[in-house]
Amino acid sequence: MAIENTISEQNGSISTLLLPALMLSVWILLYLNLQPIADSVISLTGLQNGEHLTEALRFFIYEVPKVMLLLVLIVYIVGVIRTFFSPARTRKALEGKSVFTGNVMAALLGIVTPFCSCSAIPLFIGFVEAGIPIGVTFSFLIAAPMINEIAVVLLLGLFGWKVMLIYISTGLFVAILSGYVIHLFKMEKYVADWVYKARSNQQQQAEQKHTLTSRIASGFTIVKEIVGKIWLYIVIGIAIGAAAHGYVPANYLSELMSASNWYSVPLAILIGIPLYSNAAGIIPIVSVLIEKGVTLGTALAFMMSVIGLSLPEIIILKKVLKMPLILTFVGIVAFGIILVGYFFNFIY
Amino acid sequence: MKVIMKIEVLGSGCAKCNKLAEATKKVVAELNLDANIEKVEDIIKIMGYGVMSTPALVIDGEVVSSGKLLSNKELRQIFVSRK
Repeated sequence: MAIENTISEQNGSISTLLLPALMLSVWILLYLNLQPIADSVISLTGLQNGEHLTEALRFFIYEVPKVMLLLVLIVYIVGVIRTFFSPARTRKALEGKSVFTGNVMAALLGIVTPFCSCSAIPLFIGFVEAGIPIGVTFSFLIAAPMINEIAVVLLLGLFGWKVMLIYISTGLFVAILSGYVIHLFKMEKYVADWVYKARSNQQQQAEQKHTLTSRIASGFTIVKEIVGKIWLYIVIGIAIGAAAHGYVPANYLSELMSASNWYSVPLAILIGIPLYSNAAGIIPIVSVLIEKGVTLGTALAFMMSVIGLSLPEIIILKKVLKMPLILTFVGIVAFGIILVGYFFNFIY
Repeated sequence: MKVIMKIEVLGSGCAKCNKLAEATKKVVAELNLDANIEKVEDIIKIMGYGVMSTPALVIDGEVVSSGKLLSNKELRQIFVSRK
């Protein structure tokens, strides 16, 4: 009996791996042939090469499937990776870590821990209760929304892997720096008093048990959830990008936001704070900005400001933080983003 | 005597939390369970359960899931196993 069981389990795991493997090969085949497919669709329409409309259409027909394919693959991979992490585990990993190490780990864990900004408060309190320094907690809270799989996919798809790596590493830099400075300023007293009183009964929660099958299934669920939610924004964003690609004259925006204007970076960040969008909505806009002559540093600063600093999030945090801490948080994150912006305008 | 199950959905009003509350109601009705369903939005109460990511599902005071929008199938399994 026991042997039969193990055999059927093994069969189960082989067939569960078969489907993802099959889909991956289809994925690679499609991805490698996107350009010829787009070109042949264009030639079917009988449009003249080199005309505005043709080039706008070609951009659209090529970019939409490309970004969608990348989105599905990366969201899937991240979805599976995230089954290995949970806020509770991350908290445990951060407990008792010295400050600087804690900041670095918190920012890194912010990338892989499943997190939704609507859980920011329970998570914040949970961390504070476990005695994790608030600077470390902030490193996590800054990195988690800013460096997410959607941002990574879109940057990779639209600007290539170099820009993606730059974004990830500078995002980590901002999260670590901001958290560390908040620690240096000793801002514990600016956490709302009730937070320290709200003792949870530290109930041991049933950790979700994962098997290979459930990890793979969870990847599919997350793809369905995320892609289902954002595909329309991406199509619209790329359509705007395509229109700009074909029609709006290059350097249209560069007067306002070019590197030669010292105020372009802070201006971009100021514009970004009241704007609230997730990565899916903002990146196509960023791609248009860059195409039209805004420098990379300014565009990335704008993007970080929109995703990382948002009014709704600040309003949520107001429940647990007092004003001086909120202002410090916004100020230091904005400062970090300004550094990133200038740095890239300088080296590019 | 019938025991009434006490089901709480924890979440401070995010989209997923509302969806979980709806799904819970639907599955409970489907299974014809004797249950009180309550949506808990007060952050202090939520913290009382030590939950760090919402939405969370609590049955008779025990946290059975957190940080996940459970599917109807998963909800059914959870409720049936506790009946």
